[in-house]
Amino acid sequence: MKMTGAQIILDGLVKEGVDVIFGILGGAILPLYDTMPQFPQLRHILVRHEQGAAHAADGYARVTGKVGVCMATSGPGATNLVTGIANAYLDSAPIVAITGQVPRSLIGTDGFQEADITGITLPITKHNYLVRDTGSLARIIKEAFYLARTGRPGPVHIDVPRDVFQEQVEYHYPTKLDLPSYKPTLQGHPAQIKKAVKLINESKQPVIIAGHGVIISQAYDELRKLAETAQIPVVTTLLGISCFPESHVLSFGMLGMHGMAYANMAVNTSDLIIAIGMRFDDRATGKVSTFAPHARVIHIDIDPAEIGKNVRVDVPIVGDVKTVLSALNKQISSTEHVEWFEQLEDWRKEHPSTNIRESESVLPQYVVRQIYEATRGEATIITGVGQNQMWAAQHYWYDRPNTLISSGGLGTMGFGLPASVGVKVGRPDDTVWLIDGDGSFQMTIQELGTIAQERLSIKMAIMNNGYLGMVRQWQELFFDKRYVATPLSGPDYVKVGEAYGIPGARVNRKIDVIPGIEKAMEEPGPYLIDFAIEPEENVYPMVPSGASLGEMLEEPKKEEAIWPRRSTP
Amino acid sequence: MATTKHTIVALVEDKPGVLNRMASLFRRRGFNIESIAVGHSEIPNFSRMTIVVGGPSAMVEQVRKQLDKLVPTAKVSDITGDEMVARELALIKVKANSTTRSEIMQIVDIFRANIVDVAVDSLTVEATGDEDKIDSLLSLLRSFGIKEISRTGRIALTRGSLSPLEVEPESPRTRSKSKKTTRELPEGS
Repeated sequence: MKMTGAQIILDGLVKEGVDVIFGILGGAILPLYDTMPQFPQLRHILVRHEQGAAHAADGYARVTGKVGVCMATSGPGATNLVTGIANAYLDSAPIVAITGQVPRSLIGTDGFQEADITGITLPITKHNYLVRDTGSLARIIKEAFYLARTGRPGPVHIDVPRDVFQEQVEYHYPTKLDLPSYKPTLQGHPAQIKKAVKLINESKQPVIIAGHGVIISQAYDELRKLAETAQIPVVTTLLGISCFPESHVLSFGMLGMHGMAYANMAVNTSDLIIAIGMRFDDRATGKVSTFAPHARVIHIDIDPAEIGKNVRVDVPIVGDVKTVLSALNKQISSTEHVEWFEQLEDWRKEHPSTNIRESESVLPQYVVRQIYEATRGEATIITGVGQNQMWAAQHYWYDRPNTLISSGGLGTMGFGLPASVGVKVGRPDDTVWLIDGDGSFQMTIQELGTIAQERLSIKMAIMNNGYLGMVRQWQELFFDKRYVATPLSGPDYVKVGEAYGIPGARVNRKIDVIPGIEKAMEEPGPYLIDFAIEPEENVYPMVPSGASLGEMLEEPKKEEAIWPRRSTP
Repeated sequence: MATTKHTIVALVEDKPGVLNRMASLFRRRGFNIESIAVGHSEIPNFSRMTIVVGGPSAMVEQVRKQLDKLVPTAKVSDITGDEMVARELALIKVKANSTTRSEIMQIVDIFRANIVDVAVDSLTVEATGDEDKIDSLLSLLRSFGIKEISRTGRIALTRGSLSPLEVEPESPRTRSKSKKTTRELPEGS
């Protein structure tokens, strides 16, 4: 059957199970959009800036486990996607980005709205394509989706010249893939698994560090079984949060720069680190040379290039986390580590890290905790980047799998609002809260237009301290309080929301926090709360950049514990 | 970290942009590629690359893994420590006149090189060998005056019947990649 390039792409998307596309059109991609009405099963969500399209596809992909799709036109449309693609690359989110390109005859001539976008996305994609032959389109679509979602997931970019959309060719969607050089390893090597089992059985002070890979692989049950059988405490990376129920007795929270003190102490003291689906990012390890100085390291990851990259590894296991853990669980013996847990619980008592001090003013930690209470811990939380992100990570307790969506690797301020669009579209029945900062929020504030147009019921909490707060905190602690370029004004966010037809309120007083959140929850549609938080509140604990995990700064002790940790299930 | 010279061989799909993808991984880390040679391999539609690059061993190993991860690369090996046959080809245009011509030809003979072009005032020498041999030849010819040099850079095969791009080593470190090669390469692998 003859089809145009545009029809081939959209039919391919349908065959790959796509039901929603985030994007903005323009001249070069217009023929593709013009064909969309022929495929009514595809829902298109018009964003306000292409970066938002990529973040929305990213958020959608993370909560659905499907491949997110974003589209943009050539030149500036395509370059606007770049931040979002890089973000998806660093956080291993499966997205397919389709961009229009100038017609083939104009490529390389600096034609109107031409950019060498495949040249630009080359180092930030798992793979990319410039389609030169309409006959190859069907194969490319199939490959792109396969590459995006298999192995270590990641973004794939397809750049399509305008005349390719319009050219008619014979079309059959391929049933087989021809990727002779691409074969991710899924099964762990049995000999390595045996070695790992031996180390785990011998260890006195083991710690599991669980990362995003557990969520991507949906290995929640396998992780839990390993931890419970061998009685191993679980700490997580930022993106690993919610891969293991945080109210579980074996959960010791997040590690790293703003991790729980007891999590960092556990890692620092441990004799065996079992790293699962994580990549020893410098924000998680602190100073690498002094990371877990007493520990042997088992590293389970699907990406062989991550093994031994930052931290020396004693037992590398390349494979899919779920598959490897299942194999491991078959051989692990049931153990107890009574002394180790006594020690860990002592640290947890002495260094609670999640206490919130009494205060007249609106403390961001208190706001997050109240959102936790109001949603009974069952919401899906999206964050911006900076202090708001760390407070959301520390003070909301994530028991439901895959309920924290955040920009980890790239640390993209402005990720939150557009990502929440994708999350809400992917999980329409979930309560979805965006916990953002005033700095991050202003970077992609235009996506309020998307939320309004689509009537997406997203609850937005802006932690408004009038600063680029995380940088201000660094200036306070390490740059003698020289607050260069961090004080930040902003609009009246409630009025901005109103202008978009989104209701909201400003909360200046502590007593208004709970009613404000309740109001947001009652509202059927989107709702925005501008929380005027304590302007110079810091995130603690903190491991200064370049210091070891053992060298934490904890919150100066003047508070009393008003939020004791919940008992375990 | 000490910088050492590494010889990396790769089997890659013969498609546009592959070289760019590979070079990009070196550029990002600030490695200078000393030479790169690409040509057809024993497998249809696959090219073989030989890359010579200087860098700290741990970082080169990291790059090797990243190269291996690229979708169009079937297998990448660092054969620096292996027994290998390494050669390059050089074409050297030397100034020559009636008095120096025979002396140059003697030197060329000693190096088992060939004269492939003769002009009134120059000779073009074709030489193959490892870099040391080419360098020695060049140093001897330099006194006559060199007009142009073109060198291919190193190509290499490991000695013996095994190929680093095909074997299935026992070491778990390389297990995943070798499995990929043996299972995935088309006929002849």
